Amino acid sequence: MKRIKTIETRDLNKSVKTGGCGECQTSCQSACKTSCGVANQQCEKCLDEK
Amino acid sequence: MIHQYKLNGYNIVLDVYSGSVHSVDDLAYDVIEMYKSNSREGIVSALLKKYKNNPEITADEVNDCIDDVQELEAKGKLFAEDKYENLAFDFKSRNTVIKALCLHIAHTCNLNCEYCFASQGKYHGDRALMSFEVGKRAIDFLVENSGSRVNLEVDFFGGEPLMNFDVVKQIVAYARSIEKEKNKNFRFTLTTNGMLINDDVIEFANKECHNVVLSLDGRKKVHDSLRKTVGGKGSYDIIVPKFQKFVKKRGDKNYYVRGTYTHNNTDFTNDIFHMADLGFTELSMEPVVCAPDDPYALTYDDLPVLFEQYEILAKEMLKREKEGKPITFYHYMIDLTGGPCIYKRISGCGSGTEYMAVTPWGELYPCHQFVGDPKYSLGNIYDGVTNREIQNEFKLCNAYARPDCKKCWARLYCSGGCAANAYHSSGSIKGVYEYGCQLFKKRMECAIMMKVAQSCN
Repeated sequence: MKRIKTIETRDLNKSVKTGGCGECQTSCQSACKTSCGVANQQCEKCLDEK
Repeated sequence: MIHQYKLNGYNIVLDVYSGSVHSVDDLAYDVIEMYKSNSREGIVSALLKKYKNNPEITADEVNDCIDDVQELEAKGKLFAEDKYENLAFDFKSRNTVIKALCLHIAHTCNLNCEYCFASQGKYHGDRALMSFEVGKRAIDFLVENSGSRVNLEVDFFGGEPLMNFDVVKQIVAYARSIEKEKNKNFRFTLTTNGMLINDDVIEFANKECHNVVLSLDGRKKVHDSLRKTVGGKGSYDIIVPKFQKFVKKRGDKNYYVRGTYTHNNTDFTNDIFHMADLGFTELSMEPVVCAPDDPYALTYDDLPVLFEQYEILAKEMLKREKEGKPITFYHYMIDLTGGPCIYKRISGCGSGTEYMAVTPWGELYPCHQFVGDPKYSLGNIYDGVTNREIQNEFKLCNAYARPDCKKCWARLYCSGGCAANAYHSSGSIKGVYEYGCQLFKKRMECAIMMKVAQSCN
């Protein structure tokens, strides 16, 4: 596409079927302790596949 | 839902429900903005008018761009629908397992930091150290309640956990002795102010701890103004050499040098860059959470300055990366391809359900920030969770539980935010900490911009 560059991302809709294993880190446990962000959490399954 | 913004020369379009990120030119930016509320003819006519001085923008060009937007919509990468609300409540109403405990190893501290939410480690109660018996039972409690989860997190927290280091070592040895038999993988984190770091601590933590969090606020003057010893002296000169030695010996294992910024240092990027100058590369800097009338509380007048600071940080990080001297900032760590699935994004932070804090006496609280508030006592590690009413409130605390989040583009990035911050600012765990939301959204915009910049270069 000439005017739109799509950055590669995980398709959240597809993860309805593939996600939910729960092995990932609890949200603020390891670094911040005073706020909640899930965006910077790593998916354990994806990590295993790398 | 679409969120579009311009930052650092990039036009960025975020499709909230698919998670797609697009970098677009000015014309596509305008087309996407108008797409849902205008006819094709209306878009073409309005944009030809807007770009009348640009001969490259013709009706054909605008129509081609609209076609591209249509194509992305058909592929589910633009204007994707929200199909997750029911999932959020179904997912959380299932039986949840516990996968992380924050062990309050020491309700006492050897520093007297003014802004400490734990009230100098005492959590508004008595000073106490956790015994090995309590710690051992906490590990058993975690294993018993973790179902088939393999990865279990245990954070040694305080107060200052190194004031009870022998018990930390005993708890780790016990957990390691059972993890094979129980098919578990313990990941320990040590959060410390650094005062008691010595070779023994370094060797132990670098062998056993998946992560260490080292508290440093940045420049000496900033750090020493709030992080004082019990005698009232600054702690910078004592801890910095210890942290440097610790990190040097840590190799490639995880750590964060973590600071807190306040109204007194709204130019906090200078503190982050100071940390980098000291040789630290894995950095975290959090806005102070305190009562609005505290002298160092952040104000609404500070917000534009803070927004600018986050932009400065993102641009500087891109520059340092190019120069081969990268630094990591916790809140800018986003893995767009290997990040969290939709369940993680909608199910909230896990406090009170997957994650609990354990006091030195073995009481359970939804998280470390609720410790000391009797209303939120969940039970104890011997009898388990007995206050089901409160736990159920936390169970249903998710990205869809807060009416204020309904129109927010960032809710799949924060999952509804921190329950403790919401409670302290609004009186309800289903409220929102609006000030924190504004900072969070700015951080996400910067983090995504960095990904776009890296992708475009």
